[in-house]
Amino acid sequence: MTNTAYETIIGLEVHVQLQTNTKLFCRCSTSFGAEPNTQTCPVCIGMPGSLPVMNRQAYALGLKTAVALNCQIPEFTKWDRKQYFYPDLPKGYQISQFDLPMSEHGWLEISDPKGAFETKKIGITRAHLEDDAGKSMHDEAAGRSDSRIDLNRTGTPLLEIVSDPDLRSADEARAYLSELKLLLTYLGVSDCNMQEGSLRVDANINLHIAQGERTAATPIVEVKNMNSFRAVERALRFEANRQFESWQANPVELGSPGGHKTTRGWDDQMQITRIQREKEESSDYRYFPDPDLLPVTATEADVASVRGALGELPAALRVTLAKKYGIDAYDADVLVNQGRPLVAYFEELAAACDDGRRASNWVQQDVLRLLNEMDATIDQFPVTAAALGELLKFIAAGDIDNTRAKDVLQEMIDAQSSAAEAMAKLGIEKVDASDLESLCRELLAANPAVVADLKEGKMKAVGALIGQAKKQNPNVNPAQIKSICIELVKQL
Amino acid sequence: MSLIDSPATELLQLLKSAEVTAVEVTQAYLDQIARYDGRVKSFLSVGSERALEQAATIDQRRGRGEPLGELAGLPVAVKDVLCTDGWVTSCGSKMLADFVPPYDATVIARLKAADAILIGKTNMDEFAMGGSTENSAFFPTTNPWDVSCTPGGSSGGAAACVAASMAPLSIGSDTGGSIRQPAGFCGVTGLKPTYGRVSRYGLIAFASSLDQVGPLASTAEDAALLLRTIAGHDPLDSTSAPVDQPDYLANIDQPLDGLRLGLVREHFGPGLDDEVGAAVGQAIKEFESRGARVQEISLPHSKYAIATYYVIAPCEASSNLARYDGVHYGYRTDEAAMLADLAEERKQLAAAGDEAGLANLDSPLMRLYRLSRSEGFGPEVKRRIMLGAYALSAGYKDAYYVKALKVRRLIRNDYDAAFRDVDLIVGPTTPTVAFGLGEMVDDPLAMYLQDLYTVSANLAGIAGISVPCGMTSTGLPVGLQLQAPPFQEERLLRAAHMFQQATDWHTKRPTLAAETP
Amino acid sequence: MSLSKADVEKVASLARLKLTDEELSTMTRQLDQVIQYVQQLEELDTSGVQPMAHTADLANVFADDLLRASLPRDAALANAPKRDDECYLVPPVLGD
Repeated sequence: MTNTAYETIIGLEVHVQLQTNTKLFCRCSTSFGAEPNTQTCPVCIGMPGSLPVMNRQAYALGLKTAVALNCQIPEFTKWDRKQYFYPDLPKGYQISQFDLPMSEHGWLEISDPKGAFETKKIGITRAHLEDDAGKSMHDEAAGRSDSRIDLNRTGTPLLEIVSDPDLRSADEARAYLSELKLLLTYLGVSDCNMQEGSLRVDANINLHIAQGERTAATPIVEVKNMNSFRAVERALRFEANRQFESWQANPVELGSPGGHKTTRGWDDQMQITRIQREKEESSDYRYFPDPDLLPVTATEADVASVRGALGELPAALRVTLAKKYGIDAYDADVLVNQGRPLVAYFEELAAACDDGRRASNWVQQDVLRLLNEMDATIDQFPVTAAALGELLKFIAAGDIDNTRAKDVLQEMIDAQSSAAEAMAKLGIEKVDASDLESLCRELLAANPAVVADLKEGKMKAVGALIGQAKKQNPNVNPAQIKSICIELVKQL
Repeated sequence: MSLIDSPATELLQLLKSAEVTAVEVTQAYLDQIARYDGRVKSFLSVGSERALEQAATIDQRRGRGEPLGELAGLPVAVKDVLCTDGWVTSCGSKMLADFVPPYDATVIARLKAADAILIGKTNMDEFAMGGSTENSAFFPTTNPWDVSCTPGGSSGGAAACVAASMAPLSIGSDTGGSIRQPAGFCGVTGLKPTYGRVSRYGLIAFASSLDQVGPLASTAEDAALLLRTIAGHDPLDSTSAPVDQPDYLANIDQPLDGLRLGLVREHFGPGLDDEVGAAVGQAIKEFESRGARVQEISLPHSKYAIATYYVIAPCEASSNLARYDGVHYGYRTDEAAMLADLAEERKQLAAAGDEAGLANLDSPLMRLYRLSRSEGFGPEVKRRIMLGAYALSAGYKDAYYVKALKVRRLIRNDYDAAFRDVDLIVGPTTPTVAFGLGEMVDDPLAMYLQDLYTVSANLAGIAGISVPCGMTSTGLPVGLQLQAPPFQEERLLRAAHMFQQATDWHTKRPTLAAETP
Repeated sequence: MSLSKADVEKVASLARLKLTDEELSTMTRQLDQVIQYVQQLEELDTSGVQPMAHTADLANVFADDLLRASLPRDAALANAPKRDDECYLVPPVLGD
């Protein structure tokens, strides 16, 4: 890297499969993984004479998302044909939205709790509905000379969410995608499964390079084939470097000869982007309004009712949790990022034990660790919030210490028992206050050196006594041992 | 009067009263087809066996006193533009010569539910593009009144088979006049309903915002009978109108008192054949003698209708026909020959050191598309695809397509204004009577200008009907067109019926010559 | 404005048609004739006129998200010019 300053300009196009039972324009199933060509009908095969009818739920999910992305919802929207030839596009056109999309001009706020960048609003250019294409499979290894076409996916509803070129780094791009995915998950509009193609990301990236008084822009590159958020991050880092090096070797500006937009694919194995062959005449889609479909109108009242039914979304929920339960912004962020069901668990737990901070710590340190070990989601977690709450109450009451409580939680899972049952099983019972005091007296008598240290104010010395106390009775509470011993030494 | 010369409404009565059987009726029409269709060539396929089977079943059910559909036992011919489950639907194209739909069009499903007997699929201009049926990929249909003339088109087979008494009822489609013009040329009654009145589901699209399915028959009453069965809202067609469905037959006998007829000034200008003008004038007098008030009206933008239509229709067609690419159904070029040719071309380019040529050489997939489409489509279809692709392409879309959509609005506004003063608009269906086979094949623009009086109704989405109103000295029928505001088919049919009560042009039938062996 | 052979060739490629030299000449002449005719629309002042893509005065037509039976695979593939037991077959799709 040289000292020439440059700024990275990134815009993302995200395609999200909406969670409907049926396709956008016919009533075939959208479920993933069926045998090839078993989920098609005359409409999605594009057979002569067939006609599309818009899926009410797909539109509703699209609208919900657009409203949650703070988009303006125009009163009138229509569907257009985007025309190109491809074997997985049987109609010869994709039904999409061109000049009057269903939503425009929204924003999504991103922040980084670690402070790598400042909290900022990323503009949403538009979000519009369109139908998905099928799959072309080419397997040279199997010695097939032909590509095979499966139309099961053809017609699945997609929401295309286009960001403004407001992102300035791969970190920001990653944060935007994480926040968007979280929002979509909270809304319940998509499962966002990247492996199954429910969420796909393309990026547009170029550099603004300071040239004395003016700024030069490098040619825009559209990066495709990124199959994970990590891949997006790496591809963008690679591409920014590649463009800068290319600029230094041969400064070609956007719009000048040789400076047109190109498409590159991310090679995850080699960790590089490669130039892709342009689709023939991809530039002239000949958009025009689909005469088989009618416009859709949305009144202010429609939009207001959608907005009213959204529920609390991640950004607002973070603030609410921090305030209501007295937890740090960082902790609220961790909880909210785990999704709505985990937040619900946390809130129930906090109510049950009447201690938001303790609940937050336990969820983050223990529940999440156990879920990870079990490879499970919170819905599958065997200990209810109420049951865990009971355990946390025992801790608060000083009946048990944190470390022992972890053993109890494991026992609760293993034996599917309540906190009280598990504690009984492990032989944990509250040690009587007089027993504790006599135990402490014995220990002090047997350890004059420790007493001497304590008298000199070396409070750490009490640790040795706690170890011995635990050996004699594993149920003792270390904090209590400590305070009793210190008190007794004072009285000496 | 023999069975095949009876109007459908009368046949239906004979069937209901068991004076004739469905088998007898069906056989009579099949016989007529066997005798004369070798010459007329109105059918692409005749379903003799299944028609007779179905007729026998209906007779049995009637014998057992079971409830039957409203067209039970009546043969209906269907233009080959409507998908029929398990029955080849070619759309008059080599592209779909072997295409067997796995589903029925809504209109077909309604006909089946009404126990109509689907007797055959009729010939048409390829993808309904044309006005003579000469653009059929298989053979031209001839005009039963003069076999050296065309029957019009694109529903040429649909009109000719009714004129030649080969079917009492038939279904056509009308994008720019494709029902009304052949009805006029063949001396039968043909109705283009309001856009949205009849479902387009299963109608192979030409231009989706203009296409409409409608009936052809001997009389307005028969057309009403058939419309009653096929019309109505269909949830499978988003553009289908959710409007009330009147019983078009219920009041058809009631004359329209104080009918206000509008005469379009622009439709009586240059280009109108004298004999056609005279016959239409006579017909208007007939209406006046029955109490109609005739007034001149103006549709000032009607002279732009052809230009508007020949932008919008090809634009939609170029898109609707993109699906025919030889991948999922329909014609595919000989792949082995295609690959061999490509290899040879590559070799020659390499030998010549032509790097640019090599870079521009089609991929096998690209070549497959281009050859399948070029070999599968006929010249007129290719012309319209090209026209549409051009008019929608970058840099031209606003000048052609968007401009045409704006003029379309002006044309509709003209009608809205006119219908404030009149109930129906009356005029000629076409500028001339049927023209000779081959007369216009090399002059597409002249052919397009034939649609002068009919395309406006499609652009505006209103209803129109053509009824026979005279004969020329050469013995060819003249068509009278009536146009009505949206969803006023009932008014249209009553007026047409009123005219047919007073005249006998609709009863005239050509003398047919059997096929020379 | 008049249409050149090169224009027509470009459109033919866009529309995935392959024209012989003779077809190209005829097509150029015929299309040019129609385009010239159509240009009469330019006479009209249409400023302020809303384009009319539909005559149906309808909006918000939806179907409920309820599953219907798909076609059996054999019925779906029955019209395919080239297929195997599961899929439609085409010459190799290059690129992505």
